[in-house]
Amino acid sequence: MKKRRKLGRGVAVVGAGMSKFGMFRDKDSKDLFAEAFGEMLASVDKGVDPEDIDALYLGNFSNDFFIHQSHWGPLISDLTGLAPKPATRTEGACASSALAFREGVFAIASGFYDMVLVGGVEEMSKRTTEEVAEGLALATVPYEGRVGFTFPGVFGAVATAYFQKYGASREHLMNVTIKSHNNAPLNPKAQFPMTIRDIMNSKKASLLKKGQPDPEWKDEKDFLRDPRANPVVAWPMHLFDCCPISDGASCMLLVAEDMAKSFTDDPLYVVGIGQGSGRGLHASADMTYFEATRYAAQEAYGMSGLEPKDIQFSEVHDCFSIAEVVHVEDLGFFKSGEGYKAIAEGATRLDGPKPINTSGGLKCKGHPVGATGVSQLFEVWTQLRGKAGKRQVPIKDLRIGAAHNLGGTGGTCTFTILERR
Amino acid sequence: MEERPFSDISYDQFLNEEKLMGSRCKKCGSQFIPPRSICVQCFSTDMEWVQMNGEGKLAAFTCITVAPPFMVAQGYDRKHPYISGVVELDEGGRVDARIEGVDAKNPESIKLGMRMKAKFLHRKDTDIPETYLAFEPL
Repeated sequence: MKKRRKLGRGVAVVGAGMSKFGMFRDKDSKDLFAEAFGEMLASVDKGVDPEDIDALYLGNFSNDFFIHQSHWGPLISDLTGLAPKPATRTEGACASSALAFREGVFAIASGFYDMVLVGGVEEMSKRTTEEVAEGLALATVPYEGRVGFTFPGVFGAVATAYFQKYGASREHLMNVTIKSHNNAPLNPKAQFPMTIRDIMNSKKASLLKKGQPDPEWKDEKDFLRDPRANPVVAWPMHLFDCCPISDGASCMLLVAEDMAKSFTDDPLYVVGIGQGSGRGLHASADMTYFEATRYAAQEAYGMSGLEPKDIQFSEVHDCFSIAEVVHVEDLGFFKSGEGYKAIAEGATRLDGPKPINTSGGLKCKGHPVGATGVSQLFEVWTQLRGKAGKRQVPIKDLRIGAAHNLGGTGGTCTFTILERR
Repeated sequence: MEERPFSDISYDQFLNEEKLMGSRCKKCGSQFIPPRSICVQCFSTDMEWVQMNGEGKLAAFTCITVAPPFMVAQGYDRKHPYISGVVELDEGGRVDARIEGVDAKNPESIKLGMRMKAKFLHRKDTDIPETYLAFEPL
């Protein structure tokens, strides 16, 4: 990193909201965003007049494909009563709303706006699994999609390269799944608020009820090893390595730093914000890391003056279990090739030294792709303000949290650091 | 020799002709496959075509059971998985390709580093010629 970047003026988060994530037959994108927006307004401690919002930046990857409706900026601007104020849609595949957040930050930092609404929305569950796979594959690199790579397929290939280089195996990836599922029941917004043990016991009960033989699963890993319970999707990615298909929305209210205290005594400050681009598996220097994540991390660390050890907890883009392993290394939390070992030792558990994905991660919280980036920051907001309830990170003096978001097969990656002062 | 533009369209046309072609920067010698028209090392646009011998080793792969519709149309599904992979060519550079001649239902039997050679799969279900790059064990 040649240049240490900084904002023209400081930016703070003073409100945040997200819808429940899940598969909703009876809710559409507008309903979901309205849910998030209502919660955001209620979260502003000293209140806010929505009339004062200057602009909207909205992340949406592909409602065009999923529900045949494009151009979501003005639709959401109208929904929330902001129209005719400007609305700009950002698209960075699964990192679309992290880009909306970033653009909103820049718009305020430039001095042009004082208060900006940022958020994201995606509505995926009205399509079949195969169609969603096709829709997501629109964001692969064309050479990948052409030869049949799906999203889980690309990450499956990354896993084979990582296993070979560092000696890890599927058993190590199971630690990621089990950990995320342990956090999820503590998050009321999560799509799958169940531990792997809960799922195992319920499947076992259902099999026995049907008069089928006892599967005799000894523990969670035994359950995850059983192809009947955990079928292959794109080997070595199995069902429980993959995030679900989800609908959801998220949003945050950003203001210029010098105004923040008029909305809350407890704002969060944007201290690091980084973004990088990648170029696909075939052209990457090494298939066992994501250069876009490394670039984004360098930019965010450089701006904040912080180091990986200073990040007390982080949301990390775990679209697939292997992604979390690779990214905790790319973000500098662990050395290359050491991530899977640290995870096995419990370092990333809620009560570990570096809690990762306290929300349950994309795997359990859900991954409505355009809403994910800001929903990760929603978790950082909730944790830093001490409102995470039973999943509250048990670190005294919690001050610095971060979120890493990845789009495509590593084409767009962001890393955002928030601070409570 | 070849006058075609250094583009994805040309890359695909060469695949139809059963040739695996990349581009080489005449200024700094960097080689790219698929071809690039702009050298990302020195930013020169003075390129020439290079034909690859089509041999290399398997660098990464996946056996896909949940297939997108265009692969389902070709007969692949949960019971009939297919393999997509990345092959590192002998000349340097990597390509994304279908992997054939190994057992997609038995991924443990497929080893990274396996020697592979290119094979050209011509689609039969399209009006316009379309060819998938594939590799199979040497």
